Amino acid sequence: MKTIALISASLALAVAAQAKDVELLNVSYDPTREFYVDYNAAFAKYWKAKTGDDVRVKQSHGGSGKQGRAVVDGLQADVVTLALANDVNALYRNGKLVPEDWQKRLPGNSAPYTSTIVFLVRGGNPLKIKDWDDLVKPGVSVITPNPKTSGGAQWNYLAAWEFARRKYGSEEAAKDFVAKLYKNVPVLDSGARGSTTTFVQRGVGDVFLSWENEAFLALKEFGRDKFDIIVPSVSILAEPTVAVVDKVVDKKGTRKVATAYLEYLYSDEGQDLAGKHFYRPSNPKFAAKYASQFVQVELFTIDEKFGGWINAHKIHFADGGTFDQIYLKK
Amino acid sequence: MSASAARLASASSTTVNASRRTTQDAPWVRWTLTAVGLLFLTGFLALPLASVFAEAFRKGVAAYFQAFRDPDALAALRLTLLTTAIAVPANLVFGVCAAWAIAKFNFRGKSILITLIDLPFAVSPVIAGLIYVLIFGLQGWFPPAAQEAFFAPAAGIVRNIADIPGLGWLFGGLADWLAAPKIIFAVPGIVLATIFVTFPFVARELIPLMQSQGNDEEYAAITLGASGWQTFWHITRPNIKWGLFYGIILCNARAMGEFGAVSVVSGHIRGETNTLPLHVEILYNEYQFVGAFAVASLLALLAIVTLILKSVVEWKFSKSTQTAGH
Repeated sequence: MKTIALISASLALAVAAQAKDVELLNVSYDPTREFYVDYNAAFAKYWKAKTGDDVRVKQSHGGSGKQGRAVVDGLQADVVTLALANDVNALYRNGKLVPEDWQKRLPGNSAPYTSTIVFLVRGGNPLKIKDWDDLVKPGVSVITPNPKTSGGAQWNYLAAWEFARRKYGSEEAAKDFVAKLYKNVPVLDSGARGSTTTFVQRGVGDVFLSWENEAFLALKEFGRDKFDIIVPSVSILAEPTVAVVDKVVDKKGTRKVATAYLEYLYSDEGQDLAGKHFYRPSNPKFAAKYASQFVQVELFTIDEKFGGWINAHKIHFADGGTFDQIYLKK
Repeated sequence: MSASAARLASASSTTVNASRRTTQDAPWVRWTLTAVGLLFLTGFLALPLASVFAEAFRKGVAAYFQAFRDPDALAALRLTLLTTAIAVPANLVFGVCAAWAIAKFNFRGKSILITLIDLPFAVSPVIAGLIYVLIFGLQGWFPPAAQEAFFAPAAGIVRNIADIPGLGWLFGGLADWLAAPKIIFAVPGIVLATIFVTFPFVARELIPLMQSQGNDEEYAAITLGASGWQTFWHITRPNIKWGLFYGIILCNARAMGEFGAVSVVSGHIRGETNTLPLHVEILYNEYQFVGAFAVASLLALLAIVTLILKSVVEWKFSKSTQTAGH
C-alpha cells in the first residue's frame, strides 16, 4: 500500500514537473478578432516563460449578446471578453456561471480597455453629418446593429438617448428622438462586424454608428479617403468587460491560467496591444501614449447617467423595454 | 451525315414545324419567354457563381491556394468531411428502411411517418439548430450534467475495454467522450443538426419510386421461398439502385453546405467547431475576401461535381428504366 502511494506521488510530481499543454476558450464579441489574435500569441509566450506550459487560446466571435447566450447554453468558455457588463451579468442570472460580484474581481470594473461610439460616414462627408441631430433627418440612412443581440448597438442606443435627454430635456423627448433615429435604420445586423460589412463592403447607408476601434480598423483596411470619422458632441464611455467563467474553469481545472490570461490584459504588454488595436488603454501611461490617435470627445459613463447596466437593461432592452416599444410601433 | 438522312431530317422537321404552328404561341411570345428565362439563369445563377471564382482569384493563384494552407481552413474541411461521412450513411440506412416500410407495407400511422419525414423540409434550419440547444443546452431538458449521469455506466464499461492492452487506440477516445459528454457546441451537435436537415433526401427520393414499382416482384420472390432479406437484396435493391444514388448525392450536397442549423449549434470555435460554410463567413467578416471566396469556390466546386454526378445518375437511371420497360 505504502509503495503504491509513493509511486503515485512521485508520478504526480513527475507530471507536475513536465510541461503541460493547456487549452483555453475565449468567447468574445465581434470587433476584438484582430486584437486577440495578437494578444493570445503574446500571452502564450509570457506563460511559457513563466511556467513552462504551452497554452493555446481558442477564439469564438459573434454579437456580444448572442455569444453570452451560447455560454449560458453550455459553450465551454474559460473566459468571456464581452462588449458590456450586462452580457456577463446574464451568466450570473442564468445558471450562476459567475458569482454576482464578478465585476469587482478585476480593476476598473473588469474593463481592461475602453472605447466609445463614433460616426463613420462616406468619404468627404457628403451629407454634412456633424452630430446626433443629423441622424434623425429624413433621408439619412443609419446603420447600427440590433441592440437585442449586439453590445455595440446598446452603447449606440444609450449614447443617442443621453444626447437627446440633454438637448430636449426629458425622457419622453429622448424616446421620440431614438424612435426617429431607428426609423432611419434600413437593416439591423446581429453583430457589430455584420453592420461594418453592410456599411463598408456592401455600401448600404450614409452613417454607421460604430465602435471607435471598428471605425479605425475600417479606415486601415479600406483606405483613409473612403470614409471619414465624425465625432459627435457627446458620446458614451463603452466599457467592454472580461470575466473568468467559474463553473467552467473549476470543472476543467483551468482557473489559474484563465485568471492569469485576464490579468495579463492589464500588464504593459496587454495595454500596449490594446492601444495598437485602437482600444483606449485603462493604464494612464499607455492612455497617454496613444492619446493622440483617439478623438477628443466628452464621454459620460453608464453608471452616472443610466444607473448601471442592470437598470439600463431593464428599462431599455429587456422584453417590453423602450427598444421594443419604439421598434414594434415602427 | 448522308444526303438521304439529311433530307429525311429536314422533312421531319417541316412536319414538326407545321404541327407546332397550330399549337404554339406567336414567335415574339416564345422569344420573350426564352429571353426572360435566360436572363434569370444568368442573373441568379451564372453571374454569382462566376463572381465567386473571380473574387477568389483576384489576387492571383498563389493567394488563392494560400487560403487552403491556413490550419483553421483545413480543420474546417476535415470537420465538414467528417460530418458528411457520418450524416450520409446514417440517412442512407434510415431512408431505405423508411421508404421500404412506407412503400411496401400498410400500417397504422403511415401518414404520420410520411409527414414526420417531411418535417425538416418544412422548418427553417435555424429552428433545427435551436431544437438541439433546447434539448442538450445547459438550460435544456437533457443538460450536460444529466448526460454525464446517463452515460456514466457505459463510460465505465468502455473505459474497462479501453484499458485492455491493444484496444486503447480504438476505444480511448470514446471512453473519454462518455466520461465527459459534449453534444452541442461540439462535433456531435453539428452531426446531429446535419442529420436532421438532410433527413428527408434519401427517403423522399425512394418512396415514390418504390410505390410506382409495386409489390408484385416481391410477392413472387416470397412465394418462391425467399427470406425478407433475400427479397430486399435481390429484388428491391437492384430496382431502386439509381434512385438511391440520386438521393445520396443530394443528401451529400446539403450535408456539406448546411449553414443555418450548424451555425446555431457550433459555438464558432476556430479550428474546432467551424465547418466550411461557417469558415467562409468568418473569413469574410475578417476582411479576408480572397480567402473567403477561395473557400466558397471550393464549396461551389463540390456543388458542381455533385451536379455532374447527378446528371450521370439521371442519364443511367433513365436508360435503366427504358431497358426495363422494353
